[in-house]
Amino acid sequence: MSRRDVVVLSLMIGIPLLGVLFFIWFPAVATVILSFTKWNGIGGVSQIHAEGVQNYVQAATNYPPFWPAVRHNVLWLVVFLVLATPLGMLFAVVLDRNIKGSRIYQSLLFLPVMLSLALIGIIWELIYSPNFGLLNNVIGRSGQHNLIDWLGNPNLNLWAVLVEACWRQAPYVMVLYLAGLKAVDPTLREAALVDGASAWQTFWRVVFPVLRPINVVILVITVIESLRAFDLVYITNGGNNGLELLSVLITRNIVGQVSRIGFGSALGVVLLVISLVPIVTFLVMQLRQEKRT
Amino acid sequence: MTTAMPVLEATAPPHTPVQRHKVPAGRIGAHIFLAIATVLWITPIVWAIYTSLRPYNETSKYGYLSFPRHLTFSNFTTAWTQADMIHYFWNSVMITVPAVIIALLFASCVAFVLARFNFWFNIPLLIIFTAANLLPQQVIITPLYRIYLTIHVPHAISSNGLLYDSYAGLVVINTAFQVGFCVFVLSNYMKSIPHEISEAALIDGAPVWTRYWKLTLPLCRPALAALATLLTTWIYNDFFWAIALISTGNKRPITSALANLQGQFFVNQNLLAAGALITAVPTLLVYVILQKQFIAGLSLGSSKG
Repeated sequence: MSRRDVVVLSLMIGIPLLGVLFFIWFPAVATVILSFTKWNGIGGVSQIHAEGVQNYVQAATNYPPFWPAVRHNVLWLVVFLVLATPLGMLFAVVLDRNIKGSRIYQSLLFLPVMLSLALIGIIWELIYSPNFGLLNNVIGRSGQHNLIDWLGNPNLNLWAVLVEACWRQAPYVMVLYLAGLKAVDPTLREAALVDGASAWQTFWRVVFPVLRPINVVILVITVIESLRAFDLVYITNGGNNGLELLSVLITRNIVGQVSRIGFGSALGVVLLVISLVPIVTFLVMQLRQEKRT
Repeated sequence: MTTAMPVLEATAPPHTPVQRHKVPAGRIGAHIFLAIATVLWITPIVWAIYTSLRPYNETSKYGYLSFPRHLTFSNFTTAWTQADMIHYFWNSVMITVPAVIIALLFASCVAFVLARFNFWFNIPLLIIFTAANLLPQQVIITPLYRIYLTIHVPHAISSNGLLYDSYAGLVVINTAFQVGFCVFVLSNYMKSIPHEISEAALIDGAPVWTRYWKLTLPLCRPALAALATLLTTWIYNDFFWAIALISTGNKRPITSALANLQGQFFVNQNLLAAGALITAVPTLLVYVILQKQFIAGLSLGSSKG
């Protein structure tokens, strides 16, 4: 390799690497460090004081929205795991039977994935609006005396927003899973059918185990997407009144008048620690595949 | 936003439909299931379109759930001019186009090295890039916000001299955040390209840059096109970075400006629906193009195989 090649190679790796290290990994590490300090952002870095685990204690004991936010994030994850993801997989399995019109069904079901979450929030406001919304008008609850305020009632609004989230997540999973199904060796299925297995048995005993890698990918995506949830609740009401999420609380502590950097970072670390579980799972699986090839 | 199996599959040889012995009852069941699901799924979109096409005075008189007397595009023209939407579209273009180009350029460079050389640092490098794309954005936003307020850039790039509240800042973070995903996809794709072509060039003494730019990249066109489509959609649809890192309302790209639109047209659902739907047009156009490319990629693969 010539000297010029070495320089070119270093630049080809070096520039992107520096960018990712500086703008992603440096902030990620800084979040952890800052979470043990107190800093209001005024007066530069010299004003940062070490504070031990004070921020974490405060979040857990003296910050009312913290536990509701954790509960909401957990509920978000559970709904994705037991509703959105299985539904998306079901769509994929049925579409994979290649019945007439599969492509049209697939294209229409996939539409929500193309829309931004902010836009989805607005589209669903037209459904949920107490007086003018489609839902209340159809079920006859749009009169002043019997209104259902889907997005305003703190006991209902998280469920209403979760419907919106599943509306997008299920087809997303569908497309990923469909790609996996198409790649399954057709002879496997044929063999099982010839041996007299039912479609149900063929799927669970033959196809599903072969799809292990894509199953892990989908699991990882499900967990990460439910931790990232932000846009829908933010566009709906700014993430208040029953729609608190960790992501919203973090944003609230850095953007706006009061800047509580140490405290916001502590909340970020909570999110980081949880997200490391799916990230590590995914990387371990990828590296195993890498070694095999 | 993490892994694009569809992209990888787009390049795989198409699978031939299996002859399966199906009972007709199952087929009918599948049709009924899919028909019901599809109708339910597109109802919110159809409802938004319907609402956007009706005059305000008609819906306020007869209610939103009523038969149409007139249908009109005037809500769209009113929303377009009143909300100055062209301005926000331009902001989106200024952020999305550079971010997609830079992300693909950087990612293809890294992927080329990962796929064509066996350095000791290949695996750590792959981890650094891939994992960066899996982090929730909010994990890094607190320090990032301070970094953006600290870094000074030439005024030619940002009018306030900072990365904060500038197009450049959004281009940088969108690029940095998405590049990891592209590295992952492209390095897998390049590994699947036969070595012969670039090896032949190596014997002829072609320099690294030629092997990358002239020999490898043209072969990656299908993957690059599919990635460009995905990235354009994702970056255009980004809401969080723009909300957190842009404070001046009229510098915001159109997706995050939807929040303003909501306040502005609060009293008029018809206008709100029209304005919101306008923002979906680019991604829907992209979707049509994406599907075409997928099919083209599939038939290309089958003619060679």
